[in-house]
Amino acid sequence: MRFSGLRVLKEGLTGNKGWRPHWRDPEPKPAYDMIIIGGGGHGLATAYYLAREHGLTNIAVLEKGYIGGGNVGRNTTIVRANYFLPGNSEFYSHSLKLWEGLEQELNYNVMHSQRGLINLFHSDGQRDAFARRGNAMINQGDDAELLDRDGVRRHLPYLDFDNARFPVYGGLYHPRGGTARHDAVAWGYARGADERGVDLIQNCEVTGINIEAGSVTGVQTSRGAINARKVGVVVAGRSGQVAEMAGLRLPIESHVLQAFVTEGLKPCIDHVVSFGMGHFYISQSDKGGLVFGGDLDFYASYAQRGNMPMLEHVMEAGMTLMPMIGKARVLRSWGGIMDMTPDGSPIIDKAPVEGLYLNCGWCYGGFKAVPGSGYSFAHLMATDRPHEPAAKFRLDRFRTGRALMDEEGTGSQHNLH
Amino acid sequence: MRLTGGGLIDRGKVMRFTFDGRSYEGVGGDTLASALLANDIRLVGRSFKYHRPRGVMTAGSEEPNALVTVGRGGQQEPNLRATMLELHEGLAARSQNAWPSLDWDLLALNDAFAPFLGAGFYYKTFMWPRAFWERVYEPIIRRAAGLGALSGAHNTDTYEKAHAHCDLLVIGAGPAGLMAAREAARAGADVIVVDEDNRPGGRLNAETEEVDGKPGYLWAQELVAELVAMGNVRLMTRTTVTGVYDQGSFGALERLPAEVAARPGAPRECFWRIATRRAVLAAGSLERPVAFAGNDRPGIMMAGAVRAYVNRWAVAPGRCVAVFGNNDDAHRTAADLMAAGVHVAALIDSRPDARSDLDLPFYAGARVCGSSGRKGLEAVDIELALGRREKIRVDCLAVSGGWNPSVHLACHMGGRPEWSDDIAGFVPRDDMVPGMAVAGASAGAMSTHACLKSGVEAARTTLSELGIKMPDKAPALPQADDAPYRITPLWQVHGKGRAWLDFQNDVTVKDVAQAARENFRSVEHMKRYTTQGMAPDQGKNSNVGALAVLADATGRSIPQTGTTTFRPPYVPVPIAAMGAGAQGQGFAPRRLTTSHAASQSMDAPMIEVGLWYRPSYFPRAGETSWRQSCDREVAHVREAVGIADVSTLGKIDIQGADAAQFLDFVYTNTFSTLKAGRVRYGLMLREDGHVMDDGTTARLGQDHFVMTTTTAAAGQVMRHLEFVHQCLCPGLDVSMISVTEQWAQFAVAGPKSRDLLNGVLDAPVDAERFPFMGCGEVTLGDVEARLFRISFSGEHAYEIAVPARYGESLFRLLVARAEEMGGGAYGMEALNVLRLEKGLLTHAELHGRTTAFDIGMERMISAKKDCIGKAAAARPGLTDPDRERLVGLKPVGAVKQLTAGAHLFGEADAATRENDQGYVTSVGFSPTLGHFAGLGFLKRGPERHGEVIRMVDHLRGIEALCEVTAPAFFDPDGGRARD
Amino acid sequence: MRITCPICGERDRREFHYQGAAVALDRPAPDAGAESWDDYLHNRENPAGPTRELWHHEAGCGAWLVVTRDTVTHEMQGSELASALQEADS
Repeated sequence: MRFSGLRVLKEGLTGNKGWRPHWRDPEPKPAYDMIIIGGGGHGLATAYYLAREHGLTNIAVLEKGYIGGGNVGRNTTIVRANYFLPGNSEFYSHSLKLWEGLEQELNYNVMHSQRGLINLFHSDGQRDAFARRGNAMINQGDDAELLDRDGVRRHLPYLDFDNARFPVYGGLYHPRGGTARHDAVAWGYARGADERGVDLIQNCEVTGINIEAGSVTGVQTSRGAINARKVGVVVAGRSGQVAEMAGLRLPIESHVLQAFVTEGLKPCIDHVVSFGMGHFYISQSDKGGLVFGGDLDFYASYAQRGNMPMLEHVMEAGMTLMPMIGKARVLRSWGGIMDMTPDGSPIIDKAPVEGLYLNCGWCYGGFKAVPGSGYSFAHLMATDRPHEPAAKFRLDRFRTGRALMDEEGTGSQHNLH
Repeated sequence: MRLTGGGLIDRGKVMRFTFDGRSYEGVGGDTLASALLANDIRLVGRSFKYHRPRGVMTAGSEEPNALVTVGRGGQQEPNLRATMLELHEGLAARSQNAWPSLDWDLLALNDAFAPFLGAGFYYKTFMWPRAFWERVYEPIIRRAAGLGALSGAHNTDTYEKAHAHCDLLVIGAGPAGLMAAREAARAGADVIVVDEDNRPGGRLNAETEEVDGKPGYLWAQELVAELVAMGNVRLMTRTTVTGVYDQGSFGALERLPAEVAARPGAPRECFWRIATRRAVLAAGSLERPVAFAGNDRPGIMMAGAVRAYVNRWAVAPGRCVAVFGNNDDAHRTAADLMAAGVHVAALIDSRPDARSDLDLPFYAGARVCGSSGRKGLEAVDIELALGRREKIRVDCLAVSGGWNPSVHLACHMGGRPEWSDDIAGFVPRDDMVPGMAVAGASAGAMSTHACLKSGVEAARTTLSELGIKMPDKAPALPQADDAPYRITPLWQVHGKGRAWLDFQNDVTVKDVAQAARENFRSVEHMKRYTTQGMAPDQGKNSNVGALAVLADATGRSIPQTGTTTFRPPYVPVPIAAMGAGAQGQGFAPRRLTTSHAASQSMDAPMIEVGLWYRPSYFPRAGETSWRQSCDREVAHVREAVGIADVSTLGKIDIQGADAAQFLDFVYTNTFSTLKAGRVRYGLMLREDGHVMDDGTTARLGQDHFVMTTTTAAAGQVMRHLEFVHQCLCPGLDVSMISVTEQWAQFAVAGPKSRDLLNGVLDAPVDAERFPFMGCGEVTLGDVEARLFRISFSGEHAYEIAVPARYGESLFRLLVARAEEMGGGAYGMEALNVLRLEKGLLTHAELHGRTTAFDIGMERMISAKKDCIGKAAAARPGLTDPDRERLVGLKPVGAVKQLTAGAHLFGEADAATRENDQGYVTSVGFSPTLGHFAGLGFLKRGPERHGEVIRMVDHLRGIEALCEVTAPAFFDPDGGRARD
Repeated sequence: MRITCPICGERDRREFHYQGAAVALDRPAPDAGAESWDDYLHNRENPAGPTRELWHHEAGCGAWLVVTRDTVTHEMQGSELASALQEADS
């Protein structure tokens, strides 16, 4: 069923009785050409691009809960391409290009909105570091502008320019940065994959990975064994546990990142604003809620919930930067499990087991990567060759020290990225 | 309408207030909601999507409809619940989400288009043409969405945060909570009782029943008085526990009464962090609506809320009321209304076997199936058992679909409640939160007697876990109502028309059914697709009903369907409360050097360096730009003598027999060979082989070192040293402590530095006692000081350290002497140019991704010993000759300016990522050299000295040709510092 | 979140700095080889359940602690001084 304004009109006039499932709920088959473990944004996008770009449709996506129930349904919805290290630059640039036009591609309104992202800086040194970043973005073919204080004031007049603890010196403006409706991204890819014949199998937990003579032969699940010669692990937050089924230990530590949303408010924040000095970022959703967050709680956790010290720190950062939000009331807080790697950058690579492919380590930047990650991972799984924009996301880079992508410069401590 | 008698109100205290600009009167004890109802105001708000007229529905913090805005400018607060807003003289409330007025709201048109605005419609349209989403559709949607508005002005109210500690935290001061508190208090425990209401007692304040032979509210009042008198009980009213966190940590929001908040400096609200050993959750329960067509009209209210308005506030929410329910509790409502003299037109009970002795029209087995009235209820339609329909003219309908225990806080740690068929609701499981017991209606106890009993039991269980002694026998319980609570679930009344589940977000039964049809069958999918439960009440009024409807639509049971996740906060909390204290300067501590006031008195602009403030430059008469001052200060140091406060550098005192061995391990180079009275530059790596920090370390004695770190890394290095010692080599005899704050330290730099010092020190210094990189003790007028002959400027220079209390006077003295000698103070700008001319590094270069190899110091990693980071630094990727490595950059083309953050390319290459050769880290105009000097990292840099490359700064629109040079531009051999 | 310091008693989490898995205590020999160092620096068991990890009582006594904590429930199951453990080992 094709979605359109006309269809909405027609259905509205006939009692909305004609809407059909956005995807099927098939029973798992005994075997597939490929299995994707994980029905989150990255897994669904992988399945979609396997079908769309490579014509591979005998594919199952196995999801232990409901599709889109992981971090794609639990993030702050920011989409951007403002990285500066080789590897990250080309990857996120490619991903952003896929975002641009995703609604038409998927026939699903994911509400990608390029509202513009502003990273604030608060010293000459930070300005120079952001200049390096912005120049790298332009070298890559993306967009960036360096704003001075008045430039920031023109965009964000509501900041405290007179009495903030860390005065605003300026900002790096990324006009193509923005937000999207996170759940819709998962649903749009799910519907697109399903339409092309991919089986999305919910409530199907993988409990083991079958390996014979060093090669993958299939998986064990809560709904029985399913065979496949190629298995992609796309389970950010649970990467360690699933990899362990194949006897692997990953360079990943799982951490909790909290995020917050306020009650609905009339439009007051148009951009995505990032206040690195205070570890705070914010945007306003189309529904009117201020969506914001900060740093990790810093301790390893699978609890999907955080504690008060970071909660308060985030609120404090908001109050010093933009005291107009003081009267907004926090409606809900949540925590997601972050696959933190030693350099803060992800892994898209073959595992040391034949037929096993890894897509993990997205730290807290996975949402914007969904299209690019799905595209590149599908390419890797279909062709057994890395896709150029993701070619540096290698698993062995930590051992060799080659092409580390430590954007924060904090070194091999998982929770500091 | 205000009733003539009764109520827990102060009729003598008349207060004026306005709503949407019109003036009304209320009395002491009123909320805005009760006062509006007393004035017969039924239309108080508009819904989110369809802009339907809405009225007060509840009497608590779960209120979905009656949201108002209070205040203007920096005090404007949107989305306040009229049901929680205590009336005070002069209160001015405004309705929200309506234009031009609440009565005539243009967007009420949306209601007519509702068939096209159902669940998830926006995912299926607004995609053509592509550019219209951001330019047309989204701006319209955004303007239409949202409820209240922020003013855009900075907050001007005061908020606070506070900590509290106790043995037992009792959440809720209803019958269960009060009994738990009494039991614990009598056993001697430190107890905190919190309640959201301004009046403890819970439902007892809203009911007419008796406890211990007296009115329930009076019993509660007396018990509270007893508790407060005990001394070990702290009662916190107007306080809502918002979140449950680990190891007995709770967040709570206290709202101060308006008359308190109005005092100068007093907060409006306070966010509490409560640490407790045990907790009892006695938060009561929330009544739930029934979904029938048109169930959202103003005048349709929860039955328990109707009783509260009648009994507590002496307000009749209507003149002619019908009561509709599926449980015994609903019948009380009719009885209370009649007792208060309000006409009850019908009691409608959906249970065919229901009985009533009340003298009123009673309809068993009947259901309300529709309503009418334009901006308020005028009549309800009921379908009778035999399929007959009847219209009853009423202006108020009291609805009870049963009660949902308030399990929220018990679920904040991720536990899920379980379904109880007995009460047709979710109840907590055991041990969902370690150390928390659940009591009263929260645990599914539905009579007052059962609540009293479970409160006592909860306290006794938790206290025994703490080892607090209690009498063996529980005390006798007060006499109280113990009527059984009988209910037959009724979630929806099938039929035509829209039946609301989520009133705030306008989610109807049809939306949930459509979601199920589109395969959004998981409760989480349904929630996200329809937005049910995502409004300001977070589904408190709608979650259970919606999942019952979903269960029905998908052919599953309610327990099979499951719940969504309960997340903090329980009620919305202002950002200003949880972020209290941070607005303006409070976000981070301000660290000031001892010379701060002196620098300010010299008009130096102070800039933030981490948490510190340091002078940027010291302007003199006639200078119009910072560059003029900076150039002069550089010249002072190069030609005479300059003074700079360098106290912000980290200083770590390290002592012990094994101190030298320890330093050999944390630095790449060797310190055990350093002689006492000498200083050495040290390079420190992280264990991953990248540079962590650098600095000088002085050996003051055989077993005594003082390490300096960069300003930025002082804390990190201190922690690292403790880690290395305690975790990797605890056997070493070494101790360390940060002395950054204890010593004030000043650079005295320039050819005349020794002359200057010899004018102030008690005994002169010479090259023999203080050679380059020498150190030792000196005195100034009996003040013991430390002198280090080290240089960050390349000149003959010293750093002198005195106990911090002498810092200011020494700084003033040194600056005065320097000025007499043709020099003066210099700031951060000059300091940066001086080090740049010398090719010395800061964290612009040591940015966490650089290796010793990158900065040309690979030979400083001693081959003779192990050190932190040595193994990892040997990884092939870290010593790859292709890496970007440190170089100096000098403009050689027509453009003479360099910019930090620019990238480097081959002279003829396009400025693209593929051609990127490196980047510029630091630049400055060197008055000494007469040109810009830069440092940067360039692929194979050290092999390319003399090559001309192109610097491109797209952002600033600057391109310049540069010659690659060695990093040190000035006096590369270092003779000036040594002489 | 509250953590028990063997020296100071139970304190708020705000006083502590979190470092990561206690694997950091088992520093390989300088010549242990690339695999050992890779494991030490990067690879993690990362259990969903009890784990031993390093916390620094930075705003307190300055002790480094080995805390046993459940990463799923956040239950604190014990804490010891890292230095005492290391000395007992050596």
